[in-house]
Amino acid sequence: MSTAAATWRSSTASLRRVPDWAWAVFFVALAILYPYILDQLMTAPDDLLDASIQTLGYIIMALGLNIVVGFAGLLDLGYVAFYAIGAFVIGWLGSQQFPNVNGGKGIHILTPVESAFGRAFPGIHINYFIVIFIAAIFTAFWGAILGAPTLRLRGDYLAIVTLAFGEIVPRVFENATSGIFGIGSTDFSNGRQGITPIDKINFPWTDKAFNYPLELKPVYYVGLGMVLFVIFFNRRLRDSRLGRAWIAVREDEVAAAAMGVNLVRTKLWAYAIGAALGGFSGVFLATYNNTVNVDQFEFGFSVFILAMVIIGGMGNIWGVILGAIALSIFNRYGLKQLNGVPDTVGLDFDVTSINFGIFGFFLLAMMVLRPEGFLPSSRRRLELHEVEFDESPDHLGTETGDAQLYEVRHE
Amino acid sequence: MSEQPPPAAVPEAEQPHRADGTGVLDARGVSKVFGGLVAVSDVDFIVPEKGIVSLIGPNGAGKTTFFNCLTGLYKPTTGRVMFLGSDLTGKRPDIITTAGIARTFQNIKLFRTMTAIENVQVGMHSRLRSRVTGMLLRTPFNRREEKESYRRAREQLDFVGLRRHGELAMNLPYGDQRRLEIARALASEPKLLLLDEPTAGMNAQESEELRRLMERLRTERGMSVLLIEHDMKVVMNVSDHITVLDHGEKIAEGSPKEVRENPRVVEAYLGSQA
Repeated sequence: MSTAAATWRSSTASLRRVPDWAWAVFFVALAILYPYILDQLMTAPDDLLDASIQTLGYIIMALGLNIVVGFAGLLDLGYVAFYAIGAFVIGWLGSQQFPNVNGGKGIHILTPVESAFGRAFPGIHINYFIVIFIAAIFTAFWGAILGAPTLRLRGDYLAIVTLAFGEIVPRVFENATSGIFGIGSTDFSNGRQGITPIDKINFPWTDKAFNYPLELKPVYYVGLGMVLFVIFFNRRLRDSRLGRAWIAVREDEVAAAAMGVNLVRTKLWAYAIGAALGGFSGVFLATYNNTVNVDQFEFGFSVFILAMVIIGGMGNIWGVILGAIALSIFNRYGLKQLNGVPDTVGLDFDVTSINFGIFGFFLLAMMVLRPEGFLPSSRRRLELHEVEFDESPDHLGTETGDAQLYEVRHE
Repeated sequence: MSEQPPPAAVPEAEQPHRADGTGVLDARGVSKVFGGLVAVSDVDFIVPEKGIVSLIGPNGAGKTTFFNCLTGLYKPTTGRVMFLGSDLTGKRPDIITTAGIARTFQNIKLFRTMTAIENVQVGMHSRLRSRVTGMLLRTPFNRREEKESYRRAREQLDFVGLRRHGELAMNLPYGDQRRLEIARALASEPKLLLLDEPTAGMNAQESEELRRLMERLRTERGMSVLLIEHDMKVVMNVSDHITVLDHGEKIAEGSPKEVRENPRVVEAYLGSQA
C-alpha cells in the first residue's frame, strides 16, 4: 500500500478510538440541550434559534439529496421540485385553501376545529404528523415518476433533465390557479400570492397548536425529532441490500446489472426515497414559514442543497449534516458580514443578492481543493484519490472505458 | 434464422451435445450486428450439463460479444438463447443472472471501493429477499438474511482462496481481483458460469489453481462453465469441448484434440500459407 493511504488512516485512527455510539449520544444530547444553551449564552437567542430550525429542515433535504447524489450517484439539479410538492401538500391539507369543502364547515382531523371566536375553520385541516407522511408518500410517488424518464441518462444529460423538472414543477403550481394540468377549475396555489397562513403544528392528543414564531422551542424539537428519524432510517438503508446496490450502481452500472441488480428498481428507489425526504422537509418548512409560495422554489435552492451535500461530503451522512449546518448558517449570517465589501472597492450591490454565485464559487473551490468534501465517506475519498493511492501497476489496462460499449438496457 | 444450415466445416458428428438437445444453455443462430459490422454471425452453441466448454479464437473474433449476447448486455440481432428450457433471448442482464447465468469480465469490473465481502454480497443481490420496508424496520427476517449473506459471502471467498475478506477491492492484488470476480459471480448461485479470460495476467501457478477451481465447480457444485481463454494450455487441459470463432463465425468445434488438428483453426491463428 502507498504511504499516502497509510497516513490518512493513522490520522483518522485517533478519532476512531472514541466509539461511534459515544459520539452519537454526545451530539444528540447537544442538539437537545441546544435551545437552553443558547438561552444561557445570548440575551436574544430567538434569531439564531430561528436559523437553526430552518437548518433542521435543510438537513433533512440534504440527507434526501444525499441518497440520490451521494449513494446512487445520480446528479439531481431539480431537487427543489420535491420541496415544492411537499410544501403544497400541507398547503392543501393544512390551510383554508379549499374553503368550500364539506359545505364550508371544513374537514378537521386531529386539529383544532374552531377559532377563538367559535367559528369552524373552513378548508381541509389534517394533523401535521399525518400530513408529513402523506407528503412523503406523495413526493416519493412523484420522485419515481420524474425519475423514470431519466433512467437511461448519465452525467450531464441527467443533470439537465432533472434541472428542467426543477423548473417545471414550480411553474405547474404557479399556474394551477384554475385547475391543475387544465383539469377542473379549483384554485390549487393562489398563483404568485401563495398559500398562507398554513396550520401550525399541534400534537394529535391536544387542540392546542404551537405558537411559533413567538415560541420556538417546541417546533425546534419537532424538527429535531424529524432529523433524528431521518438519520436513523438513512443509516439502515445505507447498510442494507438496497444501499449496497446503490453503491454498486454508482461504481459500475454494467457490472451491477450483470450481478443481478435491477437498475430500474434500484434507481427509482433512490429517487423516490430522496424525494420523500424533500417532501417531508417541505411540509416542515412550509408550516414553519407559514407560507407556501412558488417564489421559494427556485433553481438556486436546488444548488443550495446540492452544495451542502458536496461541501459536506457526498455519501457521508455526518458530512452532509455538517455541510447543511455550515451553509445555512453562512447563508443567514456570513453573507451579511460581507455586505460592505463591494462598497469598499466602489461597487454598488449587496453580497446577499449574489449568494448563489458565492455558493457556486464554494463549489468550484471545493472541487479543486478537496473534492470529497469536509467529511467524506471513505468510499468517495477513495474514488476521488484513487490515482494517488494506487501505485501498483496491476490496474493498468483495466480502465479501458469499455462501459460505453455496453448497451445497458433499462426497459 | 434457424433454417440456415450449420457451417460446412462442422460435420454433425462433431457436435456430441447436439443429438439430444439437452444442454444447460442452448443458443441457436445468434448474430450481433453493429451498424455494418457483423461481430457474431449465426453461431450455434450448446453447453452441456456439468460441462466445461471453451470458446477460443483470435483477437476480435467476437467471443466477448457473444458472451454479452448470452448475458443480456447486448441484445442479439437474431437468434435464440434458451437456458434450462426458458427463453432468455434479449432479456435484461439482471433477469438472466437471476435465471442462473453469472459471469466475470475480461477487464475486471469490481466495485472498487467496496470490500471483498460487500462485492460478494452484491453478487447475492438476486438471491436476497429483503424488501425496503424490511430494511427500514430491520425485521428479524431482514437481520437474519443479512447475517446469513455475510456468512455465505465469506464462504465464497474461502472457496476461491481469497484471504483478505475485509480489503477494498481496489487494494487487492491482480490475481485476487480475478478470484474476487469469480466469488462474486458464484454468489448468485449460478447453474452456468461464464468466465471471460480469467487467466489473463496470471502466472502459471495461478492458472493451474484456476483450472482446479473450475474442476471443483463442476464436481462439488454441479455447475457448467463456459470459458473464453487465450491460454491454450488451460483450454486444452480443462475443456470437454472447444468452439472456435473467427470473424464472428464458428469455424470449428470438437474435443481439444480435434480442434488442435483442425487446419482451419491453425489457419485462423497463424494465417494461411498462401
